[in-house]
Amino acid sequence: MEWIRQRLDKIREPFNKGQKLEKYAPAINALDTFLFTPNHTTKKGAHIRDAVDLKRTMITVVLALVPALIFGMWNGGYQYYSQLGESFTTLDAFLHGAMKILPMVAVSYGVGLGIEFAFAIFRGHEVNEGYLVTGLLIPMIMPIDIPLWMVALSVVFAVLIGKEAFGGTGMNILNPALTARAFAFFAYPTFMSGNTVWVSNAYEVDAVSGETILGTLASGSDVSYSAMNMFSGVIPGSIAETSVICILAGALLLVLTKVGSWRIILSAFIGAAVMGLIFNALPSLGIEGNALTNFPWYLHLIVGGLAFGIVFMATDPVSAAQTMKGKWIYGFLIGFLSVMIRVFNPAYPEGVMLGILLMNVFAPTIDHYVIQANINRRKKRLKSANPQVETA
Amino acid sequence: MSKDIRIKRGLSLRLEGEAEKELVKAPRSKTYAIKPPDFHTVVPKMVVKEGAKLLAGDEIFYSKYTDQIRFTTPVSGVLKEIKRGDKRKILEIIIEADAEDAYRDFGKLDASKAEAVDVKERILESGCGAFIIQRPYDIVADPKDTPKAIFISAVSTAPLAADKGFIIKDKVDAFQEGINALRKLTPGKVHLSVDDSSAEYLKNIQGVELHHVSGAHPAGNVGVQIHKLDPINRGERVWTVGVEDVAIIGNLFLTGEYRAERTIAVTGSEASDRKYYQGIIGANVADLIGQASDNVRIISGDVLTGTQLSNNQYVGFLDNEVTLIPEGNNYRIFGWLPFTYNNIHSNSKTSLSWLFPKRKFAPTTNLNGEERALVVTGEMEEVLPMDIYPMQLIKACMAGDIEKMENLGIYEVAPEDFALVEYVNTSKIEIQEVIRLGLDLMITEVG
Repeated sequence: MEWIRQRLDKIREPFNKGQKLEKYAPAINALDTFLFTPNHTTKKGAHIRDAVDLKRTMITVVLALVPALIFGMWNGGYQYYSQLGESFTTLDAFLHGAMKILPMVAVSYGVGLGIEFAFAIFRGHEVNEGYLVTGLLIPMIMPIDIPLWMVALSVVFAVLIGKEAFGGTGMNILNPALTARAFAFFAYPTFMSGNTVWVSNAYEVDAVSGETILGTLASGSDVSYSAMNMFSGVIPGSIAETSVICILAGALLLVLTKVGSWRIILSAFIGAAVMGLIFNALPSLGIEGNALTNFPWYLHLIVGGLAFGIVFMATDPVSAAQTMKGKWIYGFLIGFLSVMIRVFNPAYPEGVMLGILLMNVFAPTIDHYVIQANINRRKKRLKSANPQVETA
Repeated sequence: MSKDIRIKRGLSLRLEGEAEKELVKAPRSKTYAIKPPDFHTVVPKMVVKEGAKLLAGDEIFYSKYTDQIRFTTPVSGVLKEIKRGDKRKILEIIIEADAEDAYRDFGKLDASKAEAVDVKERILESGCGAFIIQRPYDIVADPKDTPKAIFISAVSTAPLAADKGFIIKDKVDAFQEGINALRKLTPGKVHLSVDDSSAEYLKNIQGVELHHVSGAHPAGNVGVQIHKLDPINRGERVWTVGVEDVAIIGNLFLTGEYRAERTIAVTGSEASDRKYYQGIIGANVADLIGQASDNVRIISGDVLTGTQLSNNQYVGFLDNEVTLIPEGNNYRIFGWLPFTYNNIHSNSKTSLSWLFPKRKFAPTTNLNGEERALVVTGEMEEVLPMDIYPMQLIKACMAGDIEKMENLGIYEVAPEDFALVEYVNTSKIEIQEVIRLGLDLMITEVG
């Protein structure tokens, strides 16, 4: 370890203050601090500091994503081989998926971090860790067959327009990963929805029946999957969104480490359930619904990207509401709106992406009213206060 | 009517190196110093020159813009040196102490019977005005104001803080007289908050509203207590006085002399003789701890709010502790991995240190990360038991948005109330400084 440290110090010498390559210091710092927590000591304020830093927080989210990612790799292969009708082993399926997904992850990290490094050098600040999460999320919410260049273009859009235009990590209004997906969704709709994109190498298959459950419902057909299929995730869908079990495992890590807000997760599921219940109640009110309104509310919670979106993207602290009360409202409305969009707008079979993006925009407004209540309490107190008496 | 305070949100750090409850007489320092930077916003105007012969209680400088606030020497001796920094800013006024103190005689005065004007004048001329701190802004109180109440916190919850009960146990009579004097300064109440330790000695103090405080740090912070008892509104003034300082004021009235006695707890994992020392304000730190090595940080005050000293510098005016902790200028490989390095305390659950609630930690001064933009939400509220939105207030301070700062409660806070917020902050922002600058802006804009 001492040896590595000495080598590193030697390598970074030209990047030190006053040296030739000083401008590029953020790039070398990012690599250095990835290996070593720096020797910086407190200069002012509290002399001791908590062990947590943003790197640790972000890596925790990455860890929470791993189960869903691994399952996504296996499911990618599973969907492919089962459509093909070939016999296969678990390893075959996993390898097939990994071969498709790892390049996407590499492209996403390569392009995104490249932009982040460039901006850090240009602006003279350190590289923020936020992209470690975003960069993994973006491929995880794409269809498995999407071309790599589309991934790259979505990343460019998300990082430049979604994040850096607002000032970088911590300043963005929209969740960058969802911005990337929304970009791809509207720019290349044929690659992002339909019934063939969810199965890899669909052109090899003669008759694909790889439509997502929500897509099936939207077209008014019957669903051929059991609730257990939906919960475990052996269904077609975006790469990592299918397995509720794996997502909940990640959610557990996020909630236990307090990195993700349990308030948002819980209230979002409640919101979705409430909306689902309202639709389910329509027949008893004498209104005949359709396949989507009559889809049981609890199944709404476990199909599509709802669980994934709620656990990993609604909880993004930067784009979510920041106040405790605000988080309850924000989460609830995400769930509520997601199911509403699903049902009312069959053109977008999955509403969670738009639901979260919409609430991202409204999060500051929610916070504004929550904080205004605090301000009003203070102003009310001021009215009943004694005015200051001036004496000698 | 007393109101008990129970604080639920907060964090009591358990650190290694608590001082033993043993009071010894501190060796008399050769030199003592008053440091004008200890008094935020005070611009010192010297009244004596180097070489002047002084009695304890003689005025050495006053505040240029509030000339009623006078500062006096804690010991008798010769003014040895006025140490200046950039732009001739006065950093330390060093007094070479006599072997034994001779006091200036202010005359005895029965505070409970005296006129309020006389009490105030006595406090000011003796230099005891410097002990009275004003909220909002956390600065030395302006004698022209009338505070709506005075608050005294005899509760110690800060990490490794000196036990207020232990400090005051032999000074209860002086404390009572100090209360009698302070009562004359406000038409409102004098609030005294106590914990289990200090209640034993202070429960029979007359003329105060007694409040029992329990809970985690920052329960002992006077700012939190004010917030719970009688929050400060715009235009209002509240004064606060330290526990031992009340006794100094009391002694002034009882004896007619300015006896600047200060009990100092030497604490921290790197301190060898961890005890309570009975000394005088402005003592040289070397006389308490000797010479510390380079990889030890000497802090005058506690680890969250104290100021860094180098060897042979002087203990701060209001500080009851000298804390020694190891410097942390070392690298840690893969320090960002969650659930590793659990020997470093973390309020976040990404470290397993919470599994050992009984364990005492020996933190270093390592920043444990680098500064980043504010990202994580919710962590600040966990350690700030006030009806205030910390992150929003901090951002308002950064932006210098006066109206927003006022609306969000800037008058109710002091940097020390945000010390824990700064400690737990994932983004390593210097929050106490942000709040201090915000308060300074309010002083110039609103006053």
